[in-house]
Amino acid sequence: MEVSVLPIASAHKEKLISAGYTTLLSIVGVSASRLAQELIIPHREAVEIIKVTLKCCRAVGLEGTHAVLKGSRTAWEMLSDEQNLKLIRTGSEDFDGILGGGIHCGQVTEMGGVPGIGKTQLGIQLAVNVQIPVSYGGLGAKAIYIDTEGSFMPERAYQIAEACIMDTWENLGFSRKEIEDCQEKMQPDHFLANILYFRICSYTEQIAVINYLDKFLEEHKDVKIVIIDSISFHFRQDFKEMVQRTIVLNEMSRQLMKLAERFAVAVLLLNHVTAKHTEGSFQLTLALGDTWSHSCTNRVILYWDGNDRHARIEKSPYLPSASAPFSVTGKGIRNAITHCKRLRMM
Amino acid sequence: MANKLVAHMGLAQSIANRLAARNIRTAKDALSLPEFDLMTLLGVDMKDVKEAVARISEVACPPYQTALSLLEERLMNDTSGGRLPTSLTGLDDALGGGIPFGVLTELVGPSGIGKSQFCLKLSLLAALPASYGGLDGRVIYIDTESKFSSRRMIEIGRNSFPKIFHSEGMAQEMAGRIIVLRQTSLSEITESMILQCQFLPLHIYDQVTRASCFVYFFRSYCREKGSSSSSMSGSHPPKCPFSFLKSIAEFSRIPIVVTNQVRGHNNEEISRYSFLGKDTDLSVEKFETHHVAALGIQWAHAVTIRLIFEAHSGQKFIKVAKSPFSPPLAFPFTVTSSGVTLLADDGIEMIGQEIGMIRCQGLSMD
Repeated sequence: MEVSVLPIASAHKEKLISAGYTTLLSIVGVSASRLAQELIIPHREAVEIIKVTLKCCRAVGLEGTHAVLKGSRTAWEMLSDEQNLKLIRTGSEDFDGILGGGIHCGQVTEMGGVPGIGKTQLGIQLAVNVQIPVSYGGLGAKAIYIDTEGSFMPERAYQIAEACIMDTWENLGFSRKEIEDCQEKMQPDHFLANILYFRICSYTEQIAVINYLDKFLEEHKDVKIVIIDSISFHFRQDFKEMVQRTIVLNEMSRQLMKLAERFAVAVLLLNHVTAKHTEGSFQLTLALGDTWSHSCTNRVILYWDGNDRHARIEKSPYLPSASAPFSVTGKGIRNAITHCKRLRMM
Repeated sequence: MANKLVAHMGLAQSIANRLAARNIRTAKDALSLPEFDLMTLLGVDMKDVKEAVARISEVACPPYQTALSLLEERLMNDTSGGRLPTSLTGLDDALGGGIPFGVLTELVGPSGIGKSQFCLKLSLLAALPASYGGLDGRVIYIDTESKFSSRRMIEIGRNSFPKIFHSEGMAQEMAGRIIVLRQTSLSEITESMILQCQFLPLHIYDQVTRASCFVYFFRSYCREKGSSSSSMSGSHPPKCPFSFLKSIAEFSRIPIVVTNQVRGHNNEEISRYSFLGKDTDLSVEKFETHHVAALGIQWAHAVTIRLIFEAHSGQKFIKVAKSPFSPPLAFPFTVTSSGVTLLADDGIEMIGQEIGMIRCQGLSMD
């Protein structure tokens, strides 16, 4: 849009054009004091010009023009986005409860715990749950599973998919027609075909795949979750200098956050634990160091408490710190057995 | 993939030349630097750097496959359903058929409990012809504590599979398939493994009917590690071939079984999460009766299946402590002339953390 359409004094229009501001959008990003300097006009007149330009743009409906800063959005605009964020259920209602309904798309969630607590199980469960058709409360989408340790076992994924399908049929009585429509999609084979599996053998490949996802997700828009199991395996062994490791990790986390936001996918990172010496004793903490702990949106710790597995929100911008019990059964992740009132176990 | 040469990736000539001039030859070199550093190093625009990195990443990234095709591939290629049956029915059922191919299985327990005996039997089972439930393959047994006994192995063979072993020449052939390496240092072990890897493809092509299966037993590798500082100190762990072992297992689709020692733990080493507060149950009895697997938590993350051998209340148990698809079961066992045998095929289900703890109480040395 041209400057000539602006309802301002023609003297000002001339000054704008000779200073190089030919379109409305070029004026929008400039500060009033800078404009005043360049056009050699009083400050309040520059402010006036900018106000008028913004009004004009809004009226015409130019994109992103209510942005004071290029690329920014107001909190109000983001609120409606946040409320519309899709959720992926974990299979345990208590666990979903503390997560605010499930794993959020568009955010990076990190989960870590001691060996044997069920990280891979959770990863596989979420890769299956994301595929539940929309009419049954899922996202009907595909999953990417990036395996750095070789712990993904397709037979287990088959088992979990089968159990998920059976539970979905059981819990939601739908009309015959709807069942028939979904019949084809609700087969374990079909679920397995929708899990896209990458096997990564070194940290270089890990960086490569995360960079490549930018293009890959562009081509596969039906993917709604990216699971990396585990994010720390290669970084804990192959690096000799910690400084370089921190730099590489920072790049990686930046890239992951961009991916999550740009494609509105959920990014799930599974992490190991390590012992850290603080306050005179050893404390368990997630691996990869303190700098890495800033890299994700939400952080969940999986731990044993007595005889049950628990999950605890350690860090989150909006979820309160809470714990919930869950269990790993033959069918996958479910509510803790002691809390289950209805007997619907195997 | 990490060592793919940048020169062959189809990058724009100008960028390719600059990368070569700065000695960035492989994908690993290029991707280890953040984009900003690359930009400064090469003296080009950010846009060009981003394009180059995207192209390098695309080429260096391994191809994907669906979980379904992975499953079908394994079903088709793996002999005996991708498992080495242990001849212990209850344990085999719990593990989905036996020791799985392609992953690391760890046997951990105090000394003298029967881990070697179990390994000897597994070696035999792998060597047996398929008609007797074996893998019809060769076994590599890496013995770091000089505990391999051929005599004992043949005795186990004679008692467990009398039909096979009493026929002429069978004992020789079976024993002939088991290659024993006695290495005592970490570097020797790693070196010999690399050598073995080079021979692996040859053996696979030699077999006419099926790919042969190599089973590695890597005994008490931790002895050397145990003498170095505790792996809980948070400093760099010494370089050890965790991922190397895993890669051999995976790409050759063979089972790798590793045995590990235990050590006692003391008060200072108890680690808990900060939000759980101090452990109030600091009874001395707990420390004397519980052990911890050696090699620390990093190794524990690296193994896929962990079988704990423990003894308490006068009985010995095999516990399936870590496994992606097994319920947490414990099986009572004894060691007889035919090796390790289960006393009951129905395992006892263990709830909670019990399954992962190693108890050692009043174990007498036989």
